[in-house]
Amino acid sequence: MRLLSQDRPGHWLLAILLAAILLALAGAPFLLPGTKALAVAARILIFIVLAASYDLLLGYTGIVSFAQTTFFGLGAYGVAIALTGGSGWLALILGAAAGIAVSVALALAMALLSLRVRAIFFSMITLALARFVQVLASEWRGLTGGEDGLTFSVPRLIAPGFHPFAAPILGLRITGPVIAYYLIFAVTLAAFLILLRIVNSPFGRVLQAIRENPFRAEALGYRTIVHRALASVLAAGFAALAGAMMAMQLRYTNPDTTLSFSLMIDILLMVVIGGMGTLYGAALGATVMVMAQYYLQPLLAALAAAAQGIVLLPALLDPERWLLWLGLIFVLVVTFFPAGIAGSLRARANAAARAPRT
Amino acid sequence: MGAAMEANAAVLRTEALSVRFGGEVAVDRVSAAFFPGTLTAIVGPNGAGKTTFFNLISGQIRASAGEVWLKDERITPLSVPARARRGLGRAFQLTNLFPGLTVLENIRLAVQAEARRDFRLLSLAADHHDLNARSAELLETVGLNSRAAFPASALSHGDQRKLEVALLLAMRPDVFMFDEPTAGMSVDEVPPVLALIAAIKRARDKVVLLVEHKMDVIRTLADRVIVLHQGRMVADGAPEAVMALPIVQDAYLGRAGGDGV
Repeated sequence: MRLLSQDRPGHWLLAILLAAILLALAGAPFLLPGTKALAVAARILIFIVLAASYDLLLGYTGIVSFAQTTFFGLGAYGVAIALTGGSGWLALILGAAAGIAVSVALALAMALLSLRVRAIFFSMITLALARFVQVLASEWRGLTGGEDGLTFSVPRLIAPGFHPFAAPILGLRITGPVIAYYLIFAVTLAAFLILLRIVNSPFGRVLQAIRENPFRAEALGYRTIVHRALASVLAAGFAALAGAMMAMQLRYTNPDTTLSFSLMIDILLMVVIGGMGTLYGAALGATVMVMAQYYLQPLLAALAAAAQGIVLLPALLDPERWLLWLGLIFVLVVTFFPAGIAGSLRARANAAARAPRT
Repeated sequence: MGAAMEANAAVLRTEALSVRFGGEVAVDRVSAAFFPGTLTAIVGPNGAGKTTFFNLISGQIRASAGEVWLKDERITPLSVPARARRGLGRAFQLTNLFPGLTVLENIRLAVQAEARRDFRLLSLAADHHDLNARSAELLETVGLNSRAAFPASALSHGDQRKLEVALLLAMRPDVFMFDEPTAGMSVDEVPPVLALIAAIKRARDKVVLLVEHKMDVIRTLADRVIVLHQGRMVADGAPEAVMALPIVQDAYLGRAGGDGV
């Protein structure tokens, strides 16, 4: 429990879901062999960090920013540029560190310049920044490779051609990407536990106070601009870390995979579906979203094939219409879990815990 | 006591404090000094500028002219949190809490602010046992311990007012500003809150300001009454003397006295 910063999931169903996600991700290369499954599992891990970092801003502090993918992209491009120019672990680590440093500096500048303005204007400024960096990445071809992006090779230990063991272990042939996966797994787990610690620290409590009532927080003596700036900086740093892992895992980086606005919407949905201000919700939302993006189409194809001959159904289940079904899932989740999955489950458990005392 | 001595002993002082909203002068050149161990009631009809006067002192509204001094420091240019950290404590008229957080978290935030522990990022809030103990004590003081696990939004109006008072106590300020602390409370909820305010006054080293409509509260608690009318200070003195003034009878009791009592 101390590892979880005494922040229990709070509801048995939530605890089971999270444990299942953790176990499945821990064993993914062995449970679901194949490059696609490994890529999906790695993507879930990376988006858990990205969504959790966004939850720190949106769910805990109540700051609506549209620049979270910007920092994600800066982390990815840091690694990509470093591994295009150089090679090896040192380049990878320096690239990631540079991406994180630039993100942190940019987030700090933006926070200090614009957090004083009203929330809606701050959101617009983040939107402008996101667009600016996106255009910069597309146009500055000499550095970023433009729309095509950068393709690079990663250190040998995590490269596809690397086979450290002659024989399979537990039925799995260990390759570079499997090692890369476990590196990402370890970093994600550590990042998530650190974020969990931060939100349950005295500082995290102030962030919640700012979300609930910034005027009252100031009247208590909290200089909320400093707390909000620090939250922005932390969120940017973790997002850049996620971006660095993304570059390392994909071995290429382009504006579409790291800076696109649709990616920003995905993160927003992950946090909202999972439950804002719970952190566990970010993990849940990232898992649900990435799974849906990768497996809803094949699932629909299978269902459509099974429904052949029935009126209208095959047309509705056409894999091309997967976004329609994804939308339907969102509507259902938001209707039945208004505070997100984790948020609503927790609220129920809390109400039940208090009930006997009323 | 001479005027110079008074100025030195004053914890809080306003100097021709004024604010204009558009063409309207909401607070008009109010100069007053406030001394430790004294409870000053600020009265006046609705719209007289009482809450605006409070906002000017605690910083939610910036003065158009004039100054605020706290313990011989000019705090007029300072922000709300900077003033709070220097010892200005404020409870609000319209309940102003952290609605989604539990009652205990509300208190703990105020206790933690006073202890200046807001940048401990990697320690657990739950592990700050001294702060937790003090929070529990304060909940006990205002009689809210049984409600600790409830979100503040789930409390009754009276309990929310008590929590508001507890937040102010938690700040350990030099200046306590209460804005109608008992408004909307049921009859049996009022005496404990008044007893808390009286206890602060008895500590002798605190300045207490109280915006209040209820005459019985003013009579039992106030050492001094200031009357605001259309933003101007029209009377200042001992309660009996001030209340007997014709201008007060007209401005306050005559028109708006009925609705608050």
